[in-house]
Amino acid sequence: MAELKVDVRGETCPVPLVEMRKALRKAGQGDIIEITGTHPASKKEIPMAAEALSVKILSDEQLGNEWKIKLQK
Amino acid sequence: MSDKATIVVHSGDMDKLYSALIIGNGALAMGMEATMYFTFWGLLRLKKGGLEKGPLSKMHMLGMGKRMIKQRMDKQNVASLQRLMADFKELGGKIIACEMTMEIMGVKASDLNEELIDTYGAVGTYIQESRNAALTLFI
Repeated sequence: MAELKVDVRGETCPVPLVEMRKALRKAGQGDIIEITGTHPASKKEIPMAAEALSVKILSDEQLGNEWKIKLQK
Repeated sequence: MSDKATIVVHSGDMDKLYSALIIGNGALAMGMEATMYFTFWGLLRLKKGGLEKGPLSKMHMLGMGKRMIKQRMDKQNVASLQRLMADFKELGGKIIACEMTMEIMGVKASDLNEELIDTYGAVGTYIQESRNAALTLFI
């Protein structure tokens, strides 16, 4: 089981969503994807996308102006 | 209905192309299929070196408005149209070029970024693509 890290700090719409999707496509079943970003709307929308894609949300936290979301394919 | 978005890109304006590509990428990112049909002024943006050439739809002011908006976009780290197009293709987005526009405007396939284009077609192709789409837009 691999862990992929996606750093989209400073990126704005639609890059965080797009990079999340690219990572999910590369990941194998069971792999973990950790996305770090700052774009506020993406913090809400990445979990929405995960749900639509039937991907598990392991954690979702805000640290100052940064957020970190962990998904499992 | 299938989870699919189809977008008619009629406008060649820079800001409208942003809207179209952002929506297209958003649809793909959220697990939908996406197809963009480039026609009329939109088709010209598929010409070699044409993607970033469009004017601003409002307050273009001979290019001054576009430069100002571009500066603000750069400051906010907004992705370039080149990058959004590359992302769209990487995520499996489909591009259709309108053949009638090519005839009207005297555009040859060799004038276009052929590597981006999946199909050349007309209204039938667009309708067939959209028949079961959950979302279709005209931009």
